[in-house]
Amino acid sequence: MSARAYSPAWRRALGYTGLTVMAVLFIFPFIFSVMNSLKTDPQATNDAISLIPRPVSFAAWKQIFGVGAAGTNTDFPRWLFNSVFVSVCITLGRVFLDSLAGYALARLRFPGRKLIFGFIIATLAVPSVVLMIPIFLVLKQLGIFNSYQGMILPMLVDVAGIFLMRQFFLQVPDALEEAGRIDGANMWQIFWRVVLPVVRPGVLALTILSFNASWNQFMFYQVATISPKYYTLVTGLANLVGGGLSAGNQFPLKLGASVLTVLPMVILFVVLQKYFVRGAAAGAVKG
Amino acid sequence: MASTFGAEPSRRRGGPSSGPPVGGPAGETLEVAGPGGGRVASAGVAVPLASASGGLTVPATVQERAGVSGERRAPPSRYPGRHLGLGKRHKGAVPRATGALHKGEGVFGWLFISPALAILVLFVVLPIFLAFYVSFTNWSGLTPPLSRNVQLVGLANYRQLLAQPGLYQANFAESVRNVFYYVIFTVPLQTALALGLAVLVNNKFLKAKAFFRGAYYLPSVTSSIAITVIFMYLFQGQGVVNMIFHFFGWSNPPDWIYDQNGLFTTILSAIGVNSPGWGNHLVMGLSAWQWLAGPSIGMCVMIVMVSWTTAGTFMLFFLAALQQISDDIDEASEIDGATAWQRFRRVTVPLLRPTLVLVFTLGFISTWQVFDQSFLLGPANPTDITPAYYAYQVSFQDSGFGMGAAIAFLLFGFIVVLTLLQRKFVKEDLTK
Repeated sequence: MSARAYSPAWRRALGYTGLTVMAVLFIFPFIFSVMNSLKTDPQATNDAISLIPRPVSFAAWKQIFGVGAAGTNTDFPRWLFNSVFVSVCITLGRVFLDSLAGYALARLRFPGRKLIFGFIIATLAVPSVVLMIPIFLVLKQLGIFNSYQGMILPMLVDVAGIFLMRQFFLQVPDALEEAGRIDGANMWQIFWRVVLPVVRPGVLALTILSFNASWNQFMFYQVATISPKYYTLVTGLANLVGGGLSAGNQFPLKLGASVLTVLPMVILFVVLQKYFVRGAAAGAVKG
Repeated sequence: MASTFGAEPSRRRGGPSSGPPVGGPAGETLEVAGPGGGRVASAGVAVPLASASGGLTVPATVQERAGVSGERRAPPSRYPGRHLGLGKRHKGAVPRATGALHKGEGVFGWLFISPALAILVLFVVLPIFLAFYVSFTNWSGLTPPLSRNVQLVGLANYRQLLAQPGLYQANFAESVRNVFYYVIFTVPLQTALALGLAVLVNNKFLKAKAFFRGAYYLPSVTSSIAITVIFMYLFQGQGVVNMIFHFFGWSNPPDWIYDQNGLFTTILSAIGVNSPGWGNHLVMGLSAWQWLAGPSIGMCVMIVMVSWTTAGTFMLFFLAALQQISDDIDEASEIDGATAWQRFRRVTVPLLRPTLVLVFTLGFISTWQVFDQSFLLGPANPTDITPAYYAYQVSFQDSGFGMGAAIAFLLFGFIVVLTLLQRKFVKEDLTK
């Protein structure tokens, strides 16, 4: 960076132009969605491109929050609750179970470890799409189809997360565990009190990735449930657009619902961008 | 798969300081791949991506690929400090190789791993076997799959999909055609876009780098369903996109979402070429001309949309790799009189090769599985129906779970074959 700080002005201008054009292409779909959700139905259909709603209409947002005209309301608040509840459960479960498994694979010797490691790698090769119908079968056989348990249980472990945590545990120096042992701690205490705090960056990355993945999950929730009372924001939105709510285009409603589905992730991303980027690029730079 | 993993580490550990190879865990390769890999994106990259895209899906190929390239770049046995007995970074992988087991290590090991193992068995292994059984039945989804009134139908489901002319065969063939064009257009497009963005963001003079990088990455963290809804709106008949085209003088742009015409056939008919006689010949229930039609106009929207969504993630891969390329190399070639394009083409791209292969591999694996977008666009336009969505449709809307399971297994077969082919290709590429 030091030696080539200088670039000719025309090249800088060209670079910034390219960057700005691309940034517009990446951000404007979201801006159009917000603005059009504030229009009336006919306006949003006939005048999609204007960025200033005239007049501003909150009809769609009232429907979303359940205070619109009778019979037009969505169950949005409930979907929001479901999304938060299910995502929090899955995230907690994943962080805990993936860490435990990752720790065992990285630091503990036990009979059959090699075999289990091979098995876990093999499950990585199974595409999730192939599991869509099979998981429905198992849920049905276990009698937990169409329930919170059915939505949460199969998502509780994610193999990629196990590898991520294992990767972090491998870099913890032996001395740390030795010290714990000398102090008379058992394996659980060493894991929970000594090693886990050291790999906090890994835990943080896994938390963000798990929450993001379970928030945006669609296919699996769609096959694990059938009652609208289990809709998350994403499955609710998909079924709304798929014709779940009376006729007509209803673009403002659909766009508003999309905006609300996306918004929590956008806020999280803006606040924690560093960790998102670090998570996605983990291991790409180091070494 | 597992055997490759097992074989490599013991060879590597054969150095004088490390003692006799212990019956070590197969796991080594992954770790060696990371730190040893230098500028190669290591297994760590693949891992978070997998969970970000919400599945168990980044397969071992990726890990292995990272391992292979890592070995090529910097033989792990030559790590600096080996002679000082400092140990590798992943020393912990085989903790205390010669020491005795610590008290309770075996018990705690199993205790720690068994919850995760139980869930994987229950929701990955068991489902696969159950589904394999169901794919030979006519199960309707109403009773538990193992109940008595489910009838075995032998190979009937597979026969109807592959060999027996009819609706199932034609629909399945069309879904395969759709996803085939989707994959071969999306993967290069998203890779090129990601590389372009990375090069832009990597400009040395750039201020506000974090802002631009964040803007491009933003779609990657959002719901694919919400994005699809937004794009359906942007590309509707009188939507934003068409209004922009109107502004630039294109008076009758297509009705994107609903347009079922193939891209190639549209272009051909615009210059006056129409289906020749052999074009009507049916292959698997689909005419030859339809097979060759290219992605439909509606599918093009999906291709653009997905490339737009995923480019940000892959941009990060390229950025990480670009930042590893020393300024000296670039400067040296500049002093030698190379133009910017020549430097990019002859210096940067070759150095990015491992990352390019990784991005292509990940792209191929994920695009075959496209479901969410097809769920919303498919009902409006049959040329947007992919095998994954077709399996869903047959199962959940027509109560043909036996057939749906058969489709899932055929898709699995496709992916396995393609992965094997690609691994062959990748290995040759790296040993040449």
